[in-house]
Amino acid sequence: MAFQHSQASHCESGVMSTMLRHHGLAISEPMAFGLSAAMSFAYLPIVKINGLPLVAYRMPPKFIIKGLQKPLGLKMRFETFRNPAAGTQRLDQLLAAGQVVGMQTSVFWLPYMPEDLRFHFNAHNVLAYGRDAASGDYLLSDPVFENPVTCSNEALQKARFAKGVLAPKGLIYYATGKPVAPDWSVVIPKAIKKTTRIMLDTPLPIIGVRGIRRLAKAIEGLDASQAAQAKLFVGQVVRMQEEIGTGGGGFRFIYASFLQESAELLARPRLNELSEALIEVGDEWREFALLAARMIRDRQPLAPKALADKLRQIADHEQAFFRDLRRAA
Amino acid sequence: MLESEVPQEGNITLGGHRKAVYARGADGKLQIVQSAGWEVEEIVTRQAVDDLNRLAEEARQRVIAGQTSALEYHMHKARMDVPMLAQTTGLWQWRIRRHFRPAIFARLSPALLERYASVMGVSSEQLKKVD
Repeated sequence: MAFQHSQASHCESGVMSTMLRHHGLAISEPMAFGLSAAMSFAYLPIVKINGLPLVAYRMPPKFIIKGLQKPLGLKMRFETFRNPAAGTQRLDQLLAAGQVVGMQTSVFWLPYMPEDLRFHFNAHNVLAYGRDAASGDYLLSDPVFENPVTCSNEALQKARFAKGVLAPKGLIYYATGKPVAPDWSVVIPKAIKKTTRIMLDTPLPIIGVRGIRRLAKAIEGLDASQAAQAKLFVGQVVRMQEEIGTGGGGFRFIYASFLQESAELLARPRLNELSEALIEVGDEWREFALLAARMIRDRQPLAPKALADKLRQIADHEQAFFRDLRRAA
Repeated sequence: MLESEVPQEGNITLGGHRKAVYARGADGKLQIVQSAGWEVEEIVTRQAVDDLNRLAEEARQRVIAGQTSALEYHMHKARMDVPMLAQTTGLWQWRIRRHFRPAIFARLSPALLERYASVMGVSSEQLKKVD
């Protein structure tokens, strides 16, 4: 079957959706995202990126790839390499055998990425589906791009073997079995329950709804006299929410789309109503981003308290939403 | 977000690409809509990039003034900081900071220079000077 690229909003769910479609199971990106229970919230003050704490709106990398195995009866094989040359050789071998191969890469080393987006983020997922016969460049399907891209051997090897936090170690992954269409009435409620558990019951105050409140507290405590530093912190939160392949609103819209699809598959109109509620929450996240950006650009005075209050409002709404969702599942 | 509300104002940090976001169409269903960019994203991305450029520029000035080595400039230019450079090279942070002293940097072995150069994506010749 000829490989078909399609654009997605998030790299990991996009890669999995494309890969599964290639193996004959049509699964949308939101379905891949929702079925693996990938939506979340985490505020990790100990993990620093350029001195700023990490804020994530989804579960950690590889969660989607791994999480889809069980519901879809899928077998994924993961391989990492100590030696870059061996990693490249193995990739070539798999491509020659006609496999479509997922890879973990660092965006900093991918030459086709726009300059301004090339940060040291080591967990970007890309699919390789062949090599150009003339130039030897790899043919890549990067889900966040509109069209397929190419990448030279040297650059790809650098990107796959970048070091540091979340170092990919040349990780490649591919499906070894055929995925099968699951019994939706079993797997969807299970996945939804898992997400509500993560958001409401994680016994750590930095994950889920409590994490949003913790972040609000941290923003409230920012020193307004150290404006530049405070703004960098706030800007980082917004970047994680809007910039890095989230589909807008920190993945809330993707998940809302998953709920719509589920409502249809399970014939449960209640999920449609909940999807509406989540779209509203996503819009609130975007309002937060807008407010933050205005403060960063000094279009209105920096007011950590106002940002914190907005976050607390979002936290209240998410809490109510996930409680309703739990009852509906 | 409605399809008509998807920002199309452009975002120079996307370098002309369009990204996919989910928005509600006329039938109420969420679907992928391509966005030329939102000003909010542009502001926060530029903020991060500008801050990294500022660090590099400040380091460049200090290199010229003889207060630090070219290594610090190239570290910032490669969008790294000392903890990240330590992780990628496998050197101790205090050792890297020591190499920020111009006299010590000037005596570094070619092997060590190459180690720095390879993780920053420059040649060891480039590493020795600021441009």
